Amino acid sequence: MNTSIIADTSRPSPTLKPRSLLKGQRPSPAILIGASAFALFAVFPILNVTVPILLPGPLSSPASLLIIAVGLVYAGLAISYDVVFGYTGLLSAGHAMVFAISMYGTNIVMGQGFNYWIAAGLAVLLSTGVAAGLGALSLRVKGLAFTMVTLAFAEALFILLLTDSFDISGGDEGLPLVFKQVPGLLANARDARWLYWLALLFAVFAYVLALIAIRSRAGRVWQAIRENESRVESLGMVPYGYKLMAFVFSGFLAAIGGSVFLLVVRGANPSSASVQFSLALIVMVVIGGKGRLWGAAIGGLLYVIITYRLPELSTSGVLDGLPTGVANVLAEPFFILGLFFVLIVLFAPKGLVGVVDAVAARQRRGRKTRSRQADDIRRNPTLTAEEEKA
Amino acid sequence: MTTTVVILITSLGVAGLYFLVSSGLSLIFGLMDVLNLAHGAFFGVGGYVAWTTMEYFPVPSLVLRFIIAVLAAALVGFLGGVLIEKIMIARNYGDHLAQILVTLGLAFALQGLFAGLFTHFPRQLKQPEWFRDVVSIAGAEIPNSILLIIGGALIVLVALLWFLNSTPFGLVIRAGVENRQMVRALGIRVERTFTVVFGIGALVAAIGGALGSVFYNGITPSLGQSQLIFAFIVVIIGGLGSVAGTAVAAVLVAFIQQLVNFYLSTGLGDIAVVALLAAVLLIRPQGLFGRTA
Repeated sequence: MNTSIIADTSRPSPTLKPRSLLKGQRPSPAILIGASAFALFAVFPILNVTVPILLPGPLSSPASLLIIAVGLVYAGLAISYDVVFGYTGLLSAGHAMVFAISMYGTNIVMGQGFNYWIAAGLAVLLSTGVAAGLGALSLRVKGLAFTMVTLAFAEALFILLLTDSFDISGGDEGLPLVFKQVPGLLANARDARWLYWLALLFAVFAYVLALIAIRSRAGRVWQAIRENESRVESLGMVPYGYKLMAFVFSGFLAAIGGSVFLLVVRGANPSSASVQFSLALIVMVVIGGKGRLWGAAIGGLLYVIITYRLPELSTSGVLDGLPTGVANVLAEPFFILGLFFVLIVLFAPKGLVGVVDAVAARQRRGRKTRSRQADDIRRNPTLTAEEEKA
Repeated sequence: MTTTVVILITSLGVAGLYFLVSSGLSLIFGLMDVLNLAHGAFFGVGGYVAWTTMEYFPVPSLVLRFIIAVLAAALVGFLGGVLIEKIMIARNYGDHLAQILVTLGLAFALQGLFAGLFTHFPRQLKQPEWFRDVVSIAGAEIPNSILLIIGGALIVLVALLWFLNSTPFGLVIRAGVENRQMVRALGIRVERTFTVVFGIGALVAAIGGALGSVFYNGITPSLGQSQLIFAFIVVIIGGLGSVAGTAVAAVLVAFIQQLVNFYLSTGLGDIAVVALLAAVLLIRPQGLFGRTA
């Protein structure tokens, strides 16, 4: 276990090297990649391109756009979860709870005659408050007990929504979207572009806000807590407060995601409150690479593609040659995700981002070695002659 | 009066199932600090092995076949647990998070595997006619299957207590739960007991699956996972690593859950259990029977 108090010293600190596009410096590759990824995602709705296996129709078709929109909401959620799990080291199982309260809350408030934006605002406020309460209580215990307490509370809410004891959640049917309070552009499912852009906006918002948070002073303390909590304590800081801050902040982002998700899937569904979904968030973050925001985002997108598209494999004829049992198992998203997840944990603990990083680092090292050799040749030509002989 | 008796005895049955799922979990957690998220999947393994045996094993007597089914579930559970510990858990000693994550992936994968092989729909177990017969206890008619589960859980409880208290292996496990470093310092290889405990935990959970698929009238891919949540609650309330504590907590949780669900409102019983958990954590974080840390 790395015991350094400031984690991630490998990456340059933003204060030492301002990454500004305006100061005439060369923008860092990370910003270029990020900006082009955003631009690419933003133009999807006007691209009439077919992506064979990954998507059901052309990119611009509502069916494809809605799948990617779900993926983007999950990406944003995974980013928010990464703040509390990947950066602060808290294995929370209650993230879905906050997400679902906002989802149901928005819809229920809309049912009272408020328009979507007001309803979403109120619901986000409420669920962030719930996150604060849950965090304040469950953070009293540490380690795995914390996971179990959050798990228990999340399960309690799930059962409450499912059995509908207070007659407001619609039981296992969930609550259909209150259409008349949704702005026209977002209510029209045939024109899925606006929903899609809203989801994209949420993902980018979550990313930027999370980035600011983890680079703030508090963010540094979060990472220090992840590495060594007692050392943070011995420095005179109170981990409890910082952990609660991370928990509430990520809950706030998840709550916004909940109100967006309500529109994308056209209703509030109890499955989004299930512990299974909280565990799915762990799967997304770990597959992508925990402790890296864009890793979590990639994990979220990948998760959605696999869960939505894998069952199609069984009908597409790709698996036709196989025995039925094998084909059925291979078409089960959970089986593939679980297996993939186990392999990642065992062989690539830093996730897909870690793999990409390793490859990039190897190339960089290679380039550096080559340029050093070139320098050597310039400085000392005889050396190369000797080397050639050897 | 008769309804009360039925509910009390049914609660005992539920308590038996909770005990079967949570006792292994408690030992694994207490000894290895591993939150085994795949423990519910072992419940599923037991259920499906029992289903397959009842469906295809060529023994005409259903009673005999059921006994074989439970034994087969136990065996497959034990071997599966040992194998998984050897392949996946053992290579990550010192990294608890990786160990827990592996079990999470395993839980997903096994659930997918069950769904692929046996569909998402419940598979109902063939069972001896005797299971559906009722006996009269204090005027209430109780299905034999519930008595069977209570009996099964009691047998496992006694066997576990005997194993832990009267065998040299159990001594090492108990000592390991108490203070792992000390046991290691005495030159005993705790790692080997990890494998055995993991196997025993899986074995007991698989027996739970076999009996549970009778109790819940069928087994589904997610049944084990939904049992797991209450097993966690039982483990925390009972105190980590304490088999007796787990048994008491299982009874407590099952009774509160069933009574509130019946007399107040369905669903409230589960909430009451969570409230109990919160109260226990705030007042006595180490659980009712846990060692004072």
